[in-house]
Amino acid sequence: MAIRSRWLDLLIGERGTRAFLSVLLVVGVLVPVLHLAFPEESALHLSTYTMTLIGKYMTYALLAIAVDLVWGYCGILSLGHGAFFSLGGYAMGMYLMRQIGPRGVYGDPVLPDFMVFLNWRTLPWFWHGFDMFWFAMLMVIVVPGLLALAFGWLAFRSRVTGVYLSIITQALTYALMLAFFRNDMGFGGNNGMTDFKEIVGFAINRPGTRVALFVSSAVALGLGYLACRYIVTSRAGRVVQAIRDAESRTRFIGYRVESYKLWVFAFSAVLAGIAGALYVPQVGIINPSEFQPINSIEIVIWVAVGGRGTLYGAVAGAVLVNYAKTYFTAALPEFWLYGLGALFVLVTLFLPRGVVGLLDRFAARPLETPRAAAV
Amino acid sequence: MNATNALRSGWQKVFGTGARSERPFAPDTSHGTILYLEDITVTFDGFRALNALTLYIDVGELRCIIGPNGAGKTTMMDVITGKTRPDAGSAWFGQTTDLLTLTEPQIAEAGIGRKFQKPTVFEQHTVLENLMLAVAGNKSVWTTLFSDLAAIQRERIEQVIETIRLQDRRSMRAGMLSHGQKQWLEVGMLLMQDPQLLLVDEPVAGMTPQEVERTAELLLSLAGKHSVVVVEHDMNFVRSIATKVTVLHEGRVLAEGSMDEVQNNREVVEVYLGE
Repeated sequence: MAIRSRWLDLLIGERGTRAFLSVLLVVGVLVPVLHLAFPEESALHLSTYTMTLIGKYMTYALLAIAVDLVWGYCGILSLGHGAFFSLGGYAMGMYLMRQIGPRGVYGDPVLPDFMVFLNWRTLPWFWHGFDMFWFAMLMVIVVPGLLALAFGWLAFRSRVTGVYLSIITQALTYALMLAFFRNDMGFGGNNGMTDFKEIVGFAINRPGTRVALFVSSAVALGLGYLACRYIVTSRAGRVVQAIRDAESRTRFIGYRVESYKLWVFAFSAVLAGIAGALYVPQVGIINPSEFQPINSIEIVIWVAVGGRGTLYGAVAGAVLVNYAKTYFTAALPEFWLYGLGALFVLVTLFLPRGVVGLLDRFAARPLETPRAAAV
Repeated sequence: MNATNALRSGWQKVFGTGARSERPFAPDTSHGTILYLEDITVTFDGFRALNALTLYIDVGELRCIIGPNGAGKTTMMDVITGKTRPDAGSAWFGQTTDLLTLTEPQIAEAGIGRKFQKPTVFEQHTVLENLMLAVAGNKSVWTTLFSDLAAIQRERIEQVIETIRLQDRRSMRAGMLSHGQKQWLEVGMLLMQDPQLLLVDEPVAGMTPQEVERTAELLLSLAGKHSVVVVEHDMNFVRSIATKVTVLHEGRVLAEGSMDEVQNNREVVEVYLGE
């Protein structure tokens, strides 16, 4: 395959990808236009609430892609990706807290309110640097990435796989949740961080800022998607899928399975961190409940519902399940968790390839293009 | 300087990046012998799977290994490929490469390929992709992520796909192949790594007579260019390909020689053929 066609193939080589990118482009352009160009009383106006909601879904979709990459393609069932998402979110939250400056309730020029409340005199060392946007963004990538590298290095080197790996990823996110709940950890305890004022000098509630956050989420989702698609269609992607299907066989033909798993896991954690960082300024709060084990399990359900092993399936699952959640938690709040559980069971039993697998069955042509015929 | 090197090698070990030479553990076979197994003993919970096994394989030889169940055939393969570490004994690939100090991927890289009993091709990948996965060359994450196959590797794939006669199945998912075709594909995958020593575990189990015949042709065509060790139960098949047969029993070599010699060996008749 020539280089030229490789890049073109990345964009349009697969029907589901074409559909996803088209929808993303339309939504990414149309939503801000409808929000900004029409006055609030116009029927065509899109409310801040709706735009923020769609922006939130897009960060979830990015998170779902991250999980699909490790689970759907590499066979690592991570039930701890919520932790990486939250860490990215906390890094962004810390930046936003430092931006509040003297406008906090206690008016301390440096210390966030919760530290003043705890009678702290100085900023803890790990809060330094977070007043700079570039540093905070670096941490959004570095913190989840390094944690995933360290965790993955220990786990994969010891050949922890399958359900055991899933359990220790749950333990990871649970341990982080307990840690972040503690006030003396210095991350705002169970209240977390909120009351954000501005981001890179712009008031966070201004329509323009909202639109910028929305567009950033769309761009991040698009780029994250393409990066994952690049990986899964590369030779390395074939190796990763081979590891999923027959790990020891892959090791036998000479691949360092641990290295592949480690890199995929770390890259996926970084994507999750970026998703978290975009999520926090849009919803306006980050607290330790984001680390709850159930959150990480929910992500896996999104991917399963959408169809694991296809990136657009993960996106579809994230949007569908979260839309259902938004709707049902308002309409039938007691029913939601049961509904979610039932959904997972039904999908596992009857739709092993998720919603896109179902569509696939009805489609005239298979969704996936035939595997590359030429070497 | 030393510290930098140590750091670099440590980094490569952990993260699998950086270029490595193609065959860092290539064997020295100037004495005409490719594999030396000497006094190999393996014990599982008190059971001696291998009992001071000693075996030599010549360069270019096609050797058949037979023996009743539990004779240690599979354990022997496991020792050679690094899956099982022996309690005692030595295993050398050529005169200079100590197999007992290498990891499984390093042994594969050094040039020992193994075909498993059950066909274990990557069922979700096409025939071509299976061969591409198995191609010899740098297998680091970095290389496979950012560079395409070299022309020489593609040529090699074309050669092998012809050798195993699956040209017209190239874009088929391996899971859709017949049992025999899967076995050949797996042999093809071994050939992609250009191994000097091929270990083949029960290649004709479950094959149709036509498939058995083609498998025999395939293995015979490989001998000479590669050293081939075949573990097999099917006596007719062994007779059709073997020049030299080794009989294993209770973890050691019971007899060695041509098929006729072995068949007439009294001990062998007692423990195995006479059953």
